[in-house]
Amino acid sequence: MVPFAQRLEHLGYAELKASQVNILQVNLGWRCNQSCKHCHLLAGPHRPEQMEADTIEEVIRVVQRWSLPLVDLTGGAPELNPHFEYLVDRLHELGTHIISRSNLTVLLEPGKEHLPEFFRDRRVELICSLPYYQEEPVDRLRGPGAFKKSLKALRRLNRLGYGQKDSDLKLHLMYNPAGAYFPPEPGPLEALFRRELAAHYDIHFHHLYTLLNMPIGRFKEYLQKSGNYERYLGRLMAGFNPATVDGLMCRYLISVSWEGHLFDCDFNQALDLPLTPGLPQTIWEFELPTLRTRPIHLGDHCYGCTAGTGSSCGGRLVEG
Amino acid sequence: MSHYYEERDLERFGEIGKYCPDLYERFMGYYQAVMAAGALSGREKALIALAVAHAVQCPYCIDAYTRGSLEAGSNLEEMTEAIHVATAIRGGAALIHGLQVHNAAAKISI
Repeated sequence: MVPFAQRLEHLGYAELKASQVNILQVNLGWRCNQSCKHCHLLAGPHRPEQMEADTIEEVIRVVQRWSLPLVDLTGGAPELNPHFEYLVDRLHELGTHIISRSNLTVLLEPGKEHLPEFFRDRRVELICSLPYYQEEPVDRLRGPGAFKKSLKALRRLNRLGYGQKDSDLKLHLMYNPAGAYFPPEPGPLEALFRRELAAHYDIHFHHLYTLLNMPIGRFKEYLQKSGNYERYLGRLMAGFNPATVDGLMCRYLISVSWEGHLFDCDFNQALDLPLTPGLPQTIWEFELPTLRTRPIHLGDHCYGCTAGTGSSCGGRLVEG
Repeated sequence: MSHYYEERDLERFGEIGKYCPDLYERFMGYYQAVMAAGALSGREKALIALAVAHAVQCPYCIDAYTRGSLEAGSNLEEMTEAIHVATAIRGGAALIHGLQVHNAAAKISI
């Protein structure tokens, strides 16, 4: 395998650097009510890792101090962090645009049923995992009953105005493959999801994003057990597309872990690949001028973001 | 010869271009143009390819278009239906030739 950094060097990127920090992606912890087979973090119900109150205060301070326009909340299930609502409230007061990533089923958990209204009142944009428009692949990936629960949560969100045409309550779905293959082109798949979910379940959404499964964490375990690992990596490498490099998400966001450590992305966080030495390493040391053009800590998993039309937390990076 | 068809040989397809590269390039250009979305979507074409792969019983094509269909967003129900279409046409094609039997028999029968 040609190391990713070497591949970029041949393209003239001796050092891949960030272009800006428009997004602070906050991982509130690895606790989740699900244990999805594709999870890159090995998140699940028994994970103890949760961002604590003092770290959350620092996140709020950093967003305010540096006027960061967008905060992207993720996990685990971010809603399970006991300080989640406090954080959203404070960010909303600051006028920051908030994206929260939801697995949907958590919205039915005891004590969390009020969250759809909470989100609506704070104009939180939602990106919700729904790997397919049918039950079997969804339950295979996310656990028995996940599909039906997801539909129930989506119906509640739709009733509040989320995902409805012309509504500014944004509700997007996130597709990821249920196996060792790459995601489809989002355009035709979005049309298919829209048609099928409306026809069978009267469910509506704004956009469908597609995300490639990164060969790390629980998904890597699956690839290795099923004998697909080498081939999957080979296909990622063979699919390397230089046109994706400009839009790589690590060039526009910075990720903060539940412990307050800074990373170039959530995948580096999963692999414990910190920011390049010499840079601020924690949220307490956050210095936007230093971080906005920082060199990115690359690894071979980065091939996962540059294959084909590319992949990111906001879907593909270039047109197919 | 334990395995006549080696799974990894599909990745070596380009080696066919070593000889007659011009013909290979023309074929690949044609192939890619055919499989690109047009009046039919890429997803529909992948399902047709999967059905044809079964009709011609090519293990490489079955592998390639199982993956291709999944990567185009199809599900196993749709893919299995496509295989049934190939099966029906293959079966029907065999059966309609029964008339040739009847014709041939009639020709040599009193």
